[in-house]
Amino acid sequence: MYDIKGYFDAETVSEATALLADNPNLKLIAGGTDVLIKMHGGQLEDAELLSLRKIKSLENIHVAEDGTIIIGAMATFSMIFHNPILKDLIPILTEAAISMGGPQIRNIATIGGNVCNGATSADSASSLFALNAQLRLQDKNGERVVPIREFYLGPGKVALNPGEILTEILIGPKDYQGFGGQYIKFAMREAMDIATLGVAVVCKVQSGNFEEVRIGLGVAGPTPLRCLEAEEYAKGKKITSETLAEIGKLAVKSAKARTSWRASKEYREHLVEELTQRALKIAVVNAGGAEVV
Amino acid sequence: MAYTVIGKNVTRVDAVAKVTGKARYTDDFSERDMLVGKILHSPYAHAIVKSIDVSKAKALPGVEAVLTYKDLPDIRYATSMPGIIEAIATDEVDVAELKYGTAGHPFSLDTSHRDKEDRHILTQKARFVGDNIAAVVATDALIASKALKLIEVEYEVLEALTSTEAALKEGAPLIHDDCERNILASNGYAIGDIEEAFKESDHVIEGEYETSIVQHCHMENHVSHAYVDSDRRINIMTSTQIPHIVRRIVAQSLGISWGRVRVIKPYVGGGFGNKQDVCIEPLNAAMSLAVGGRPVRLELSREEAMIDTRTRHAFKFKIKTGINNDGKINGIYISAVSNTGAYASHGHSIASSGGGKFRYLYPTKALKYDPITVYTNLPVAGAMRGYGTPQIFFAFESHIEDIAKKLKLDPVEIRKKNLVEVGFVEPLSKNKIMSCGIRECIDKGRELIKWDAKRALYKEQSGDKRRGLGMACFSYASGTYPVALELAGVRIVMNQDGSVQLQLGATEIGQGSDTVFAQMVSEVLGIPMYMVHVISTQDTDITPFDTGSYASRQTYVSGMAVEKAAREVKEKVLAVAHNMTDIPAHLLDLQEEHIVFKGSGERVLALEVVAMQSYYDRVHAQPITSDVSNNARINAIPFGVTFAEVEVDIKTGKIKILEIFNVHDSGKIVNPLLAEGQVHGGVSMAIGYALSEQLLFDEKTGKPLNNNLLDYKLPTIMDTPDIGAAFVEQEDPTGPFGVKSLGEPPTVSPAPAIRNAVLNATGVAFNRIPMNPQRVFEKFKETGLI
Repeated sequence: MYDIKGYFDAETVSEATALLADNPNLKLIAGGTDVLIKMHGGQLEDAELLSLRKIKSLENIHVAEDGTIIIGAMATFSMIFHNPILKDLIPILTEAAISMGGPQIRNIATIGGNVCNGATSADSASSLFALNAQLRLQDKNGERVVPIREFYLGPGKVALNPGEILTEILIGPKDYQGFGGQYIKFAMREAMDIATLGVAVVCKVQSGNFEEVRIGLGVAGPTPLRCLEAEEYAKGKKITSETLAEIGKLAVKSAKARTSWRASKEYREHLVEELTQRALKIAVVNAGGAEVV
Repeated sequence: MAYTVIGKNVTRVDAVAKVTGKARYTDDFSERDMLVGKILHSPYAHAIVKSIDVSKAKALPGVEAVLTYKDLPDIRYATSMPGIIEAIATDEVDVAELKYGTAGHPFSLDTSHRDKEDRHILTQKARFVGDNIAAVVATDALIASKALKLIEVEYEVLEALTSTEAALKEGAPLIHDDCERNILASNGYAIGDIEEAFKESDHVIEGEYETSIVQHCHMENHVSHAYVDSDRRINIMTSTQIPHIVRRIVAQSLGISWGRVRVIKPYVGGGFGNKQDVCIEPLNAAMSLAVGGRPVRLELSREEAMIDTRTRHAFKFKIKTGINNDGKINGIYISAVSNTGAYASHGHSIASSGGGKFRYLYPTKALKYDPITVYTNLPVAGAMRGYGTPQIFFAFESHIEDIAKKLKLDPVEIRKKNLVEVGFVEPLSKNKIMSCGIRECIDKGRELIKWDAKRALYKEQSGDKRRGLGMACFSYASGTYPVALELAGVRIVMNQDGSVQLQLGATEIGQGSDTVFAQMVSEVLGIPMYMVHVISTQDTDITPFDTGSYASRQTYVSGMAVEKAAREVKEKVLAVAHNMTDIPAHLLDLQEEHIVFKGSGERVLALEVVAMQSYYDRVHAQPITSDVSNNARINAIPFGVTFAEVEVDIKTGKIKILEIFNVHDSGKIVNPLLAEGQVHGGVSMAIGYALSEQLLFDEKTGKPLNNNLLDYKLPTIMDTPDIGAAFVEQEDPTGPFGVKSLGEPPTVSPAPAIRNAVLNATGVAFNRIPMNPQRVFEKFKETGLI
C-alpha cells in the first residue's frame, strides 16, 4: 500500500502546468519507477501526485527540420531503444536506454523522469551529457531551455523551478552529426543494476586526428559530469594508444569519485581511466577512424 | 532396472496450475475482515529497551492492538472473546518469559540434542538491527506502518559486535547472558592421531579461507495468517517447508499444547532452507490472540525478509594438511569459526553438518575438526541450501588446489588419489558407501569441458583477458541419519476408477517432489501419471506426519515411505483380484491399469473392476488404502563435481564464466528434466556465492547496507551462463528405485571450481568469496598484476 493522499492527472501540458501552479505541493509522477520506490521506502509521505502519463504529446520522438533531435520527456526507455531514428543518429543513447533496469521497468520508466530524478547513476545521463543535450522546461507562464550540465545541481537536486515541467530533450545537429560514439555501462550485473560507472564518449575524427571529443561520466561524482580537461587535450591530437592513455588519465582529474561500500575511490578512478579508453577506441572506429592497436 | 515411469521426463504435476496462475500461495488466501500485522524492528544492533510508550500508536484510528515484549502476558486478560485465551494458555505460563528455539529440526526426546532456546516472541534486548521489539495489528497496512512510527522507544545502546573477532574478544559484552565469550557451541570431532599423521607426511601445508554472509532470496517472502477457530485452536496458514514443526514451535512459543495448533501449507514460492525455520508464525499467532482471535496477516517486505529471517553462516577456516610427495593425504586438520548472528536458530548444526558431510569424500588416517559457532549482533544465520557444505568445500577444494599447485601435482590426479571407494564405512556416522560414481563424474566433466585441450591452450597468457579452468568435488548425504530422526508418512486412497489420491507429509516447495512421488506411485501401481492425484497442500490436521522438506531428504527418505505405501496398495489390489479370480496373488502384477499375469503380461482384470469390487462388494467391501510411516535408519552418499571455465578481465576485475558443468552421482534419476532444473538452480545460486553476493553491514553499527535486490547482487538470468548438467547413474541399493539425494548438492562445488579456474587463469589465489570486481581489483593490485 502506498501513502497517496491525492492524485491528479493531466491530458495536456498546459493542463498540467495549470494544476501545478494551483498546487505547488503536487509531486510529478511519470513512469513512477523512482517515485513509488521512494514512497515504499518511506522517504515520501502523504503524497499528492500529478501524473503526466496521459499527455501523449510528450511521448513524441522526431527530428526537426534543422536537424535537432527532439525527444519527448514521457518517452519510455523501450520507446527510445526501439526508435530507428535514435538508433541511427545517436546510438549511445539507445544503448544507454537498453542497459537500464529490466524489460518491465524500461516499458514504463521515462527519460524525463530519469533526468529529473537527479541521480548521478541515471542511465541516460552520461550519454545526454556527452551529446550536449538541452532541456525544454515549461511552466504556466512560458518556457525556457537549459543545457543539461546546468540542470544537475547535486545528488537528487535539479534546476526545475516550482511549477515547471520538463517537456523535451533536444540534441542539436552540430552536437551529433559526424560524430561516432560509444557507451559503456559498468555494473555488477548485466541487467537490473545501478551503474558503478557510466561512460559515454563521442568523437569526430579527421585524418587520424581527434577533431573533437566529448566524455560524459555517470557515478564519477555527485552529479553526472564532463571531462573537459581531457576533451581539451584531445583536440587535434593524433589518435594513438598513447593519446588515449593520456585522455584516460586526464579524465580521472575531472572525476570526483569517493569511497563507499559500493566501490572504493581508487577502483572508481581506475575504471574511469580504463573505460574511457575502451569507449574511445570503439568510438573512433564508429566515427570512421582506424582501429587503435 | 527397466522402469515405465521412473527415469522419464514426465511433466510436473503442478505445471499447469503454476503457469496458469491457478496455484494458490499463502497470500492468495483470505479470511473475512482480515487485519494486518507489522513489526517494529530495532534500529540498533545491540541495545536494551529502557522504556516504550505505545499510547500514541494505540490511539491511531484503525489500530486494533499494539504488542510489546511486556504486553504479551496480558494477552490472556485482554481478549474480547472471554474463555478462549484462558483455555489456550494455562495460568502458570508467562508468554513473555517463554524462550523457544526456531530451527526446523525434528523434536528430540533426548534433551541434550535439542536446539538452543534463546528467543522471545518480542524482545526487550535487541540483538541485531531488525530484532522484533513491538508489533501492531491494524485494519490496513498503511495504518499499521503509521502506527509503528508512533511507538516511542528509549534504548540504552550497547557495543555492537559485528564480527566474530569482536564477539570473541576478551571482555566483550555478552549477547546472551548464558553463553560465555559469545560462544554458542564448539564441539567437533577427531579421527586418528593428527599429529602423528603430520609427522609421517612429506609436507604439511596450511591455508586460510573465508566465506561471506549471503541470503536465500526465494521469490515468495515469508507470509502467513493466523486466527483462532470455533474449536478454540490457533489456525495458521504459512509459507513453510516444515508445517508439522511450525505447529510444534508455535505451541512451544505460546506455552500451549501442540494439538491446539493447526498449520496449513499451500503452494510455496521457494525456501532454500529459509523456511526450514519458524520466523514469523509465533508472532503472527500472538497478534491474532491480541485481537481476540480475529484473523491477522503478517507479511514481510523484501527489505525485512533480507535481515529478519535467516542468512547463510559466514565461516573462517584454517586448514592444515599432511601429504606425501605422491599426493596421498595422511591427515587433515580444520579449524572453523562460524558466525551464527544474534540467535542460535540452526546454530552449531551448520558447522557440524558441513564437517560431517565432508568426511565421506577423502577418507584419511587422521581427520580433526574444531569448529566454534559464535553469536554476533548480525542477522540470524540458519539453514540454507547446502547447510554448511558450500563453506567447508569452498575451503578444502581451494586448499587442495593450492597444494597441487605447490607440489606441482595435477589437480585432478591429486583428488583421484584420495577419493573414497565403495565399501568405506565412515567411522563416526557408521554410514557405509554403497555406491560411488565420483570418478566417473570427474571423467565425464573433464570430457564435457575439454579440460586437457583447454588447460594446455591457456598455459601461457599475458593479455588483458585471460582464461582458465578449474574443478572441485563434493560429497553430501541423503537426509540427516544418524544425526536426526528421518520419519516420513504417506497415505494413499484408491478411488472407484483405480486412480489414487496421494497424501504426503513431505512438502513441495518448488523442487518437484510431488512429481517424483507421483512417478513412484505410478510405477508401482501400473497406472498413468494422470491417475495419481497428489494433494500438494499439507494440513497438520490431515496430513501424515513428516518433518518436511530439508536435507535433500524427500526423494530418498520420503520416497521410501511412498514406495512402501504404494506396494501396500498393490498387495491389497492383488488380494482382491485373487478373491475375484482364485488366481494366486503372487502370479499377478499391475500393468497399464490392469491386473495381469506376471511375465506374460496377459490381462486378467481391469484395475477399475477390482477397485469397484473393493468399494461395493456386499460382503467384502473395504476400499483400498494405505497409511504408512517409514523411519529411514540409513543414508546414501551422493557425490559430484563442477568443472568451470572463466575469462578474467584483468583491468576491470570482472570474472565471466564461459562454461560450467556439474556432474552428479545422485543414484538413479527419477525425472531427468526436473533433475537438470535442480542443477541449474543450485549452480546459479553458487555462482552468486562465488562472484557477487554478500550481505553487507556497517562495521560500527551493524546496520545493513544492501538488504534489497538492487544493492544485493543476486545474479540475473543475464549473468547466468548456460549451465551443463550431467548424471552418472549408479543405482544405490538402499534408496527407493536406487535414488540418492540431489536437492542441495548442485550448490556445493561451483564456488571453489570457479575460484580454481581464476587461479588457473591469473595465478592469483582468492581465499575469500565473493570474488567481486572490487576485491579482484584490490588483489590484482596487491599481486602486481595491474
